[in-house]
Amino acid sequence: MTVSVQEADFDSGAEIAALSAGREDVGAVASFVGLVRADKGAGAGVGAGETAVRAMTLEHYPGMTEKALQAIVEEAHGRWDFFDARVIHRVGRLLPGERIVFVAVASSHRGEAFAACEFIMDYLKTRAPFWKKEETPQGGHWVDARESDDHAAGRWKKE
Amino acid sequence: MNVKVLFFANLRETLGVASDTVRLPPGIDTAGALRDMIAARGEPWSALVTTKNLRVAVNQQMVGPDAPVKAGDEVAFFPPVTGG
Repeated sequence: MTVSVQEADFDSGAEIAALSAGREDVGAVASFVGLVRADKGAGAGVGAGETAVRAMTLEHYPGMTEKALQAIVEEAHGRWDFFDARVIHRVGRLLPGERIVFVAVASSHRGEAFAACEFIMDYLKTRAPFWKKEETPQGGHWVDARESDDHAAGRWKKE
Repeated sequence: MNVKVLFFANLRETLGVASDTVRLPPGIDTAGALRDMIAARGEPWSALVTTKNLRVAVNQQMVGPDAPVKAGDEVAFFPPVTGG
């Protein structure tokens, strides 16, 4: 179970391959890659076809971020039986189309891998201390937290 | 008797500082009480009570406003997280 917070890009294929390298018990690896999206402008001052988001900068809380990600992976491991998981989150300035986040889970069967991968992403969105600031034609602005992310994390709550 | 206080994202920009060392007077023993004490300095510090859904972490664990705070702790205030 390894988590990384880094400025550098990552190789999704190599990360996925590493989760099953040298072992024959892994039957499934589920992965997710999050990318910077250049929302097309519909807002004030953004012309047709012009991109509203030119870049974004990710700030985080060094020290706490790594601990929070590790805790999320451990919580997932307590719920589902899987062999290994890998989380990478980039920080710093990123351009549209660039990779931001990678989550992959290796297990015997697909059910555990899919579920744990989605759980880790949903919890990362609401519990890991990262903040996005977008650069738009109108200037910089901090992204607001989305209520839908709270709902996505909330559906994993145990009765 | 001191705590290290950290601020992140738009709260950090509003306050103009990323961190501060705050002396804990007697009676200030929760994250919420510490937040209210700093906010009482006036502008721009009142952002600590006017920021919607402000989050707090004590020693790098997200907690509620009633969480205890003691000398030597690291207390961070920040807006809801937006990673991923």
